[in-house]
Amino acid sequence: MRLGQFILDRLVGGAAVQTDGTFWMPVQASSGAEPVDSIFGFIFWVSVFFFVLIVALMVTFVIRYRRRPGREDAEPSPRHHTALEVTWTVIPIAIVVVIFVWGFKAYLDINTPPPNAYEILVTGQKWKWLFTYPNGHVDEDLHVPVDAPVRLVMTSEDVIHGFYIPAFRLKRDVLPGRYVKVWFRAIKPGEYQIYCTQYCGTGHSDMWAKAVVHEPGGFERWLEEASNFLKTMSPSRAGEQLYRTRGCAQCHTVDGRGSTGPTWKGLFGSHVPLDGGKTIVADENYLRTCILDPTQNVPLGFQPVMPTFKGRLKDDEITAIIEYIKTLR
Amino acid sequence: MASNEAVIGTGGLEVGGNALGRDNYLNHGKGLRSWLLTLDHKRIGVMYLCVILASFFLGGVFAELIRTKLLTPGNSALMKADEYNQMFTLHGAIMIFLFVIPGIPATLGNFVLPLMLGAKDVAFPRLNLASFYMWVGGALLALGSIVTGAVDTGWTFYTPYSTTTNTNVISMVAGVFILGFSSIFTGLNFVVSIHKLRPAGMSWFRMPLFLWGIYGTAILQIMATPVLGITLLLLIAERALGVGIFDPALGGDPVLFQHFFWFYSHPAVYIMILPAMGVISELVSVFSRKHIFGYKFVALSSIAIAVISFLVWGHHMFVAGQSNLASMIFSFLTFMVAIPSAIKVFNWVTTMYKGSIWLTTPMLYVLSFLFLFGIGGLTGLFLGALAVDVHLHDTYFVVAHFHYVMFGGTVIAFLGGLHYWWPKMFGRMYSEFWGRIAALLIFVGFNTTFFTQFVMGSHGAPRRSYHYLPEFEGYHRLSTIGAYILGVGFLIIAVYLIHSLFRGRPAPSNPWGGATLEWRTTSPPPHDNFATPPAAGDPYDVEAWRWEGSVGGFVPRTPAPEPAGS
Amino acid sequence: MLAEPTDGRVIEGGRAHHVAHHFDTAEQEFESGKLGMWIFLATEVLLFGGLFCAYAVYRSNHPEIFVYAHRFLDKTLGAINTAVLICSSFTMALAVRAAQLGRRKALVSLLTATIAMAACFLGIKGIEYENKWKEGLLWGKRFHAQLERPAAPALPAAPAPTAGASAPEDRSAIPPAAIGPRGLARPGQRGESLGVEGPPRDVQVFFSVYFLMTGLHGIHVIAGMIVLTLMLIRAARGEFGPSYFTPVDLAGLYWHLVDLIWIFLFPLLYLIR
Repeated sequence: MRLGQFILDRLVGGAAVQTDGTFWMPVQASSGAEPVDSIFGFIFWVSVFFFVLIVALMVTFVIRYRRRPGREDAEPSPRHHTALEVTWTVIPIAIVVVIFVWGFKAYLDINTPPPNAYEILVTGQKWKWLFTYPNGHVDEDLHVPVDAPVRLVMTSEDVIHGFYIPAFRLKRDVLPGRYVKVWFRAIKPGEYQIYCTQYCGTGHSDMWAKAVVHEPGGFERWLEEASNFLKTMSPSRAGEQLYRTRGCAQCHTVDGRGSTGPTWKGLFGSHVPLDGGKTIVADENYLRTCILDPTQNVPLGFQPVMPTFKGRLKDDEITAIIEYIKTLR
Repeated sequence: MASNEAVIGTGGLEVGGNALGRDNYLNHGKGLRSWLLTLDHKRIGVMYLCVILASFFLGGVFAELIRTKLLTPGNSALMKADEYNQMFTLHGAIMIFLFVIPGIPATLGNFVLPLMLGAKDVAFPRLNLASFYMWVGGALLALGSIVTGAVDTGWTFYTPYSTTTNTNVISMVAGVFILGFSSIFTGLNFVVSIHKLRPAGMSWFRMPLFLWGIYGTAILQIMATPVLGITLLLLIAERALGVGIFDPALGGDPVLFQHFFWFYSHPAVYIMILPAMGVISELVSVFSRKHIFGYKFVALSSIAIAVISFLVWGHHMFVAGQSNLASMIFSFLTFMVAIPSAIKVFNWVTTMYKGSIWLTTPMLYVLSFLFLFGIGGLTGLFLGALAVDVHLHDTYFVVAHFHYVMFGGTVIAFLGGLHYWWPKMFGRMYSEFWGRIAALLIFVGFNTTFFTQFVMGSHGAPRRSYHYLPEFEGYHRLSTIGAYILGVGFLIIAVYLIHSLFRGRPAPSNPWGGATLEWRTTSPPPHDNFATPPAAGDPYDVEAWRWEGSVGGFVPRTPAPEPAGS
Repeated sequence: MLAEPTDGRVIEGGRAHHVAHHFDTAEQEFESGKLGMWIFLATEVLLFGGLFCAYAVYRSNHPEIFVYAHRFLDKTLGAINTAVLICSSFTMALAVRAAQLGRRKALVSLLTATIAMAACFLGIKGIEYENKWKEGLLWGKRFHAQLERPAAPALPAAPAPTAGASAPEDRSAIPPAAIGPRGLARPGQRGESLGVEGPPRDVQVFFSVYFLMTGLHGIHVIAGMIVLTLMLIRAARGEFGPSYFTPVDLAGLYWHLVDLIWIFLFPLLYLIR
């Protein structure tokens, strides 16, 4: 590991290589990591053995039997040898069967969640992950308690995404129109990377999130605080959080760029021409109507495709969003 | 005796000799029309060689651009995220559909197969020419998408992304559909040729292993490609008509696409490797001056690989949402398909035992192949193991694995075969010195580029990623340096091969001492391949030939065999 | 057969056929052609095989859609079409026989009859397609038929767990995993009650499958008609006889496959119980 880092630093500079884990693997942060690494290690050493054998023989033959004056022809040797050929068929078969059985058993464990797992809903969409906790809180990162089995129920809003936490050795494709389940038990507090591994468009490599494993007690504290963000954050900050996690960001930008819906930048207090000829001032009442009954007062030049958020946003959440919009001059 | 005055037939030294100053297939019939409307398998093979190498160059340029972008982890002035996505899609689609799949069969196969059979042509020469034009048409449609809306789906076209993206998927996919027909008809031609045009005395087990490889490949081309055809038609129907077969909102299933797609695309990778293995069988025997070891096992293993390859497609979908039972079956069969490949490697190495190993450029490619394909094949074991694949799927580990087998396997063997048959095809020898330099550069460059990617992948670096975390920057830089070394190696090859066409030493009939039938005619061959059809013998009886300095090649130990009566 | 060839030429029917230069004998050429055609037919079977596979998958997961929707197909017209194609295969087989016996006039009439019946098949198919079009019984997105009771709209909104339940009591709204509200999940597992009156959801799936399968088949019928017309022209010129009837034979093989595929399509689409 150090040698690898040394070589890379000397040769190419650049940012330091992975400092946790081993030469091949990241840190083992879930209970499922160690079995995977063991199988990997077994296959690795079997491969090294056969590879070194083949290359050593090859190099030996090239040197010993190289064509040179006096050795223009081959020596006589058998053209086939049934016992040898059968042996080198049977031994590899035996080895791969061992690898297969071992790999299959560990795979079944990965796919069989325990009954008492804590359930979190995961949604993939272009291009972010959202995590919904049992109390309804929606967050952009995955928070879990250490040493507790967690089940993720995952679906996609658009195309197929891939949910991957390398430190947990956990991966599953997330499909639209279906729910898929995975489970894990985190064993090491810390922060771990989440990627999207199923190519999904422009922002595929931006679909990053964090898996945060809390010390005992830490998760409950975090969840309480995060769920009460309306109370703990300023209304406009809470509004921004809601903007990101409740679906507004899919159609409305905050930096003036065009999208499916009008940009929020400079929206509050402006005069909005409506479909139908009238003009209306974008005050608190107008914004509340847009959220609860978007088929009324559709702005000119936009399609009436906004879904209603009645029942999906509470009053204080709507207020927070409006406060956030007010800050976007 | 000067090589271009060699006498043909009994009592003569050489069988044919160099034919550059005489009538050969290259100067038989002049003008563009005689090439574009040719029915001669050799000319068709040469035309394929030109367009396929051009595709390799184009795909390679995209690769170098991608690797250059990947020097930086964040945004790059060189290309935006969308352009990067288009570029890796094009790199994959061009390399796979325009280069590696047609690769060895369309170029070396077309040229060599009838010669190895002692025949005058393939079974259906007009179909052969039609296949070439299908390649050209399909390639134009596919590449046309670059201009009309370069596709950004990845070469795998997974739904629903591929059915909803606003790039010109239909043009690319229609192009691939037509390319598929080129592949099917080439395979059909080869199967019928091998069944019906073998000479008297060439039973199945007296056939060169290159032909066994081509035969196994042809079976796959015929049986698997139609399934790709229907998959692509369904994709087009989905985009153009909204058929809904892959759209969950219309009652369809996006994962069904993956099953259809991989049912072809897994056998496709064996279409890529079986001809390569056939080439290696020829080369390792000739350049060890020794009969191939274990002929029967090697021949039958090609068929075993072809059959089992149809049963493993689900190993691309272990995390896609298929059942545990399906995953188990696919994993088991994946391990089974590895066994025949391993057997071949053991047979090839044993062929070298007690031989007389001649380190020419083709032989350097054989040694490279054994090293690189060995790594590629062994890393397949990691991916076949279910629990480990969950971690490694869709990471750089997979990218490294398939480059080791497709590039380190097929392309290296293709280079070996190209250098082996080059004197026969063009009547010229190339510079051995530069050939060896390039082979070495390619070996070093390849490992530098791709071995680092194994380590990145096992650390979790996802593939197809424009942005990456800074912790991977060192690996990416090393990988890019390797890619530049590879580029230099290929440029050197292009220079000395083209140079040899004008200034190379005229080649004798049999520069390497091969025992297959193509070495019993002139270099280059005449239009009709053989003045008189040769008698079929043991294709690995290389000991029947000896080096003769005055012709700069090999001559029969005994007087040249009587030509077979007609 | 004939007297032994002198320079590879065989003569009958007033026309000379040259055996191609890369074949040793006419027999080798004929056998190669036959093998090639059988291989091509195998590829066609695999091409349609994909569609049959899709049919099997959708029907086994949603039998109710197939049972309900196939009633909109006209069994009578389908049966007539089946009879027409079987008849055309019969005339085709007779045409090959006529070519083998060197009976030019019979060959021409039989080929014409085959082509005519193929046209008839396409005509009837056209009538069926027109009926479907009028009633809106089309594929996927284009389905807009009025069924007995309004079925679920063809393009419902995506499932909405994303907005997140806003209260703890909504926790149970998170459905159990790996069970889909749409797609390939079996009915009943969705938590809906079976036996609900009226049409099942996603009826358009059946019509997608129907149009894809019969459409691809129809394209092959058209291609067959083109090939047979070319055979007709060559037959009228007297190119075929006892020593050379290969193209007719091979076209016949193709035509029989086209017929065979329909013989599978008909019961699978029209006669579901």
